[in-house]
Amino acid sequence: MNKTAPRRLPASIDATVALLGEADYLADRALGTVLYLALKMGRPLFLEGEAGVGKTEIAKVLSTTLGRRLIRLQCYEGLDVAAAVYEWNYAAQMIAIRVAEAEGEHDRARLERDVFSERFLIRRPLLQALEPDPAGAPVLLIDEIDRTDEAFEAFLLEVLGDFQVTIPEMGTVKAAQPPVVVITSNRTREVHDALKRRCLYHWVGYPSAERELSIVRTKVPGIGKKLSEQVVAFVQGLRKQDLFKSPGVSETLDWAGALSELDVVALDPATVSDTLGVLLKYQDDIARLEGSKVKELLDEVKSELRAAE
Amino acid sequence: MSEPAARPDGRLAENILYFARALRAAGIPVGPGAVLDALEAVKAAGVGTREDFYWTLHAVFVKRHEHSILFDQAFRIFFRRRGYIDQLLAMMLPAAPGAPRPPEAGATRIHEALFSGLDDKLKQEREIELDTRMTVSDREVLQRKDFAQMTNAEIAAAKEAMKRLVLPFAELRTRRLKPHPRGRLIDIRRTLRSSLKGGGDFIDLRFVGPKSKPPPVVALLDISGSMSQYSRIFLHFLHALTEQRRRVSTFLFGTRLTNVTRALRERDPDDALAACSASVPDWSGGTRIASSLHAFNKLWARRVLTQGAIVLLITDGLERDADDTLAFEIDRLHRSCRRLLWLNPLLRFEGFEARARGIKTMLPHVDEFRPIHNLESMAALVAAFQGGDRRAGDPKAWMQKVA
Repeated sequence: MNKTAPRRLPASIDATVALLGEADYLADRALGTVLYLALKMGRPLFLEGEAGVGKTEIAKVLSTTLGRRLIRLQCYEGLDVAAAVYEWNYAAQMIAIRVAEAEGEHDRARLERDVFSERFLIRRPLLQALEPDPAGAPVLLIDEIDRTDEAFEAFLLEVLGDFQVTIPEMGTVKAAQPPVVVITSNRTREVHDALKRRCLYHWVGYPSAERELSIVRTKVPGIGKKLSEQVVAFVQGLRKQDLFKSPGVSETLDWAGALSELDVVALDPATVSDTLGVLLKYQDDIARLEGSKVKELLDEVKSELRAAE
Repeated sequence: MSEPAARPDGRLAENILYFARALRAAGIPVGPGAVLDALEAVKAAGVGTREDFYWTLHAVFVKRHEHSILFDQAFRIFFRRRGYIDQLLAMMLPAAPGAPRPPEAGATRIHEALFSGLDDKLKQEREIELDTRMTVSDREVLQRKDFAQMTNAEIAAAKEAMKRLVLPFAELRTRRLKPHPRGRLIDIRRTLRSSLKGGGDFIDLRFVGPKSKPPPVVALLDISGSMSQYSRIFLHFLHALTEQRRRVSTFLFGTRLTNVTRALRERDPDDALAACSASVPDWSGGTRIASSLHAFNKLWARRVLTQGAIVLLITDGLERDADDTLAFEIDRLHRSCRRLLWLNPLLRFEGFEARARGIKTMLPHVDEFRPIHNLESMAALVAAFQGGDRRAGDPKAWMQKVA
């Protein structure tokens, strides 16, 4: 995809849906509405949903279509301010102190001012996101916030509420133009209400069969009409089964891509069983579908498709 | 001129305010800030259709996935008249033809019909929902539980006992660091700052060490008939635990699984137990351990068993039909948590042996098996959880006894 020139924020819900569509992201009306509101009201967007339904993708698509810089903060356990906001360049500071010493500089206040200046500041994602950018405020993606702990969440309140961070040695850095913030969560832990309150919330669910079909056809261009229909119907059928982890859209796309690489024209039980590992990632789930179960499901899917014709 | 014509968005604001109240009555926590947000959002979105209006309000008011369905119902009931929404929307669009028009005939009546007794309607709807849930299976014994009120002495004793409680693996090393006099890593930031105090002539080393904190606790409490005499003391214990430390989730199961974490957050133990009782329909019925564990594994395990959680499984293990599914589910549970502790109050007889099939099936999959012979006080319960002798908790020893 080509990087487009910076452009203005969409002016309506329709324009927002169309904007995502440009980068091949097919959003439903609900997502379009909440995204438009987030952009318009300058609020962070909190996306929750199962893994592989395209939460992270939204931020990436936003950054490409709006021509803004994407700043990504991947959360993990133990994430702290030094990794997320800023850090001092200690080695350089030490050298500066030694040099000052060698020059006979003993004015402590001045030394401190020199050492804790912007020259020695290493900017991490959150601080970068607050800086002015000629292309417009960047898109800040805070990915998988449920992986970090409550302490970091509490710290985010200041950043997301006022779009500012406080560096004790230097003062407060405030964004002239607030970044577009997208927060994602897989819900492996409940995120505190105080953080959610500051955001617009949206649950990203599995798409309908119709929308999933258009997603597959857009994202896997070489795929045949029949195969794509069968793939989507089969995955939709799988999601109705009692599985530990239902396949997400990204699994559907992987599977469609794999099948199309294998030059499969239509699904048959043997091919499905061989490639099931692309769709299901738990051994229990795969075991559940072993034997005649795949054939049953496939027959069901095929007869449904025939009836629809 | 009438009032709404003078202030085009007056009626809209009022309606959103009432709608927010309806949501609150339906159980969605909606603060006054959210109402202002909603008004701003509706203006910002410039909504023209019912669907847009729906999703705009949804974006602002719904902060949890499970509230979506409540919102949907409330929205339907509140804005039942399709024409009414259009009218509302027309009022706020300044360019709409003939926007400052007098209210249509009947508007007042619609208004009254919509808002009088709305809360009752919502309540009714919720009650109906509850009723249908309670008639799923007539084989289940559904009943409410009355707990005796806690005496002050009991509460004091409980608090005293809780203070002494140290769960096995009580502290979990996190990946965070904190200042530590004998830490192994140098905290360069603090070192530099303290060195600067002396003008930088000498380097005053400061250290950091790992920070530990209590891991999350997830309690799965059996409330079936055979356990009924203990449920009060266990709930009392879990309430005290919830109050004492963060990240405690509590689930009750008999024939079905209920999450009572929020109910147990009530400050007062009596209120908390009453709230628990109200939210659980299957007190003192049968036990379906396998299906309850299945529900937990599927719906909750990935949401609450993160960050090194300890699971406290409190059940007598008397499952009527112990088959492969039970072994499968307990194994899955064991593999998704850091430590699985089983507390079995059936062991009140000294000569207890793990002969029941359900117990035999589950034993190989737990990390620690805690017997409790006398469950009359919180102190005894706390002592059981602590389990002085390491070997006493080893499930293999219990297996060998019956082998």
